[in-house]
Amino acid sequence: MAEEVILLDYWPSMFGMRTKMALAEKGVTYEYKETDPWVKTPLLIEMNPIHKKIPVLIHKGKPICESLIQLEYIDEVWSDSYPMLPSDPYQKAQARFWGDFIDKKFYDPSWKVWGTKGEEQVAAKKELLEHFKTLETELGDKPYYGGEVFGYVDIALMGYYSWFIAMEKFGDFSIETEFPVLTQWTKRCLARESVVKALADPDKIIEYANILRKKFGAE
Amino acid sequence: MAEEVVLLNFWPSIFGMRTMIALEEKGVKYEYREEDVINNKSLMLLEMNPIHKKIPVLIHNGKPVCESIIQVQYIDEVWSDKNPFLPTDPYQRAQALFWADFIEKKLCVCGRRAWTTKGEELEATNKEFLELLKILQSELGDKPYFGGAKFGFVDIIMIGFYCWFPAYDKFGNFSIESECCKLMAWGKRCMERESVAKSLPDPEKVVGYVLQLK
Repeated sequence: MAEEVILLDYWPSMFGMRTKMALAEKGVTYEYKETDPWVKTPLLIEMNPIHKKIPVLIHKGKPICESLIQLEYIDEVWSDSYPMLPSDPYQKAQARFWGDFIDKKFYDPSWKVWGTKGEEQVAAKKELLEHFKTLETELGDKPYYGGEVFGYVDIALMGYYSWFIAMEKFGDFSIETEFPVLTQWTKRCLARESVVKALADPDKIIEYANILRKKFGAE
Repeated sequence: MAEEVVLLNFWPSIFGMRTMIALEEKGVKYEYREEDVINNKSLMLLEMNPIHKKIPVLIHNGKPVCESIIQVQYIDEVWSDKNPFLPTDPYQRAQALFWADFIEKKLCVCGRRAWTTKGEELEATNKEFLELLKILQSELGDKPYFGGAKFGFVDIIMIGFYCWFPAYDKFGNFSIESECCKLMAWGKRCMERESVAKSLPDPEKVVGYVLQLK
């Protein structure tokens, strides 16, 4: 039976990029519907009435919201190939911990470093660099966060990759210089088709960041 | 092999209550260690949760699991032979995780603001808090528990708020019973479970704790 999978997403969203990577890893064909989250379409409101945000994964007409939850769902439904989470409960808990860290801690300074100015921006940059350091330390000598195999945490963080360029430009730092080990990891991930196809054009991201900066009053 | 389970916690924490309830539901024996998080975090806490330095920390055979929602999932997976918290169906699981995330991202964050704001900002926070409770009440609907007929994951994630409701009422100058009577009924239903009654502190103690902070 053909699976009907639809993804409501917005091209610059780091969260949507995660879900696209996961679907690609599993070889799932889906219909992509570009959905501007600033314009609350009836479909978006119907499928995500609580948050009215993208990405929304719609599987056989039923919505799954929140990108990390979508990753777990995709891993469970299409469980016959490329497991993204470890099967061991302790290792799984560690993977979930880092996914949670990325969204709870990394997310805020990751946009404030390009989306704010003055003291707020300086504080965001300091915090962001600390979190990059923490993430690089956690990676250690491993090829991927999960060990030998590209998985959940790699996807959770690579979702932000398109925005690294905006963080660097407006934060005035170089990820390659500050975090060479993490940079090697990004190159390793970029060798995967699922990742490359999910990411946005960096020039378009800079253009979009400039629009948002004006909107937020950062310039 | 005997399992060694230790829980580092701070008694008023809604987060710690989740983990305690989960352990009790599974009949897991554990050592409880009270942490003085305000004045003096122990070396063990700093070692076991170096990233956030927060409770609760679940230590299983010497290995730490941090973040209460992650701990409840872990407990469900390790002690999988009784009282499953999450449904087996992936879609139902995703819905349960969604509501846990909603409670975490929206209700907990709003609730925290209630203790650190005043004036107009506090009024707005209180209004939002009640709206969020109403959303949860709507989600509960006519079901006895969030998961349906059985006490489960979302109930575990949410129930810690029940012993904090009198404190919110007192300082928010509203009545959750009047605004969300179905949710209160759900709370009372959950309190009939031994795992919950054992894990939630006396609401009067919570009020006393908040008075001390303010």
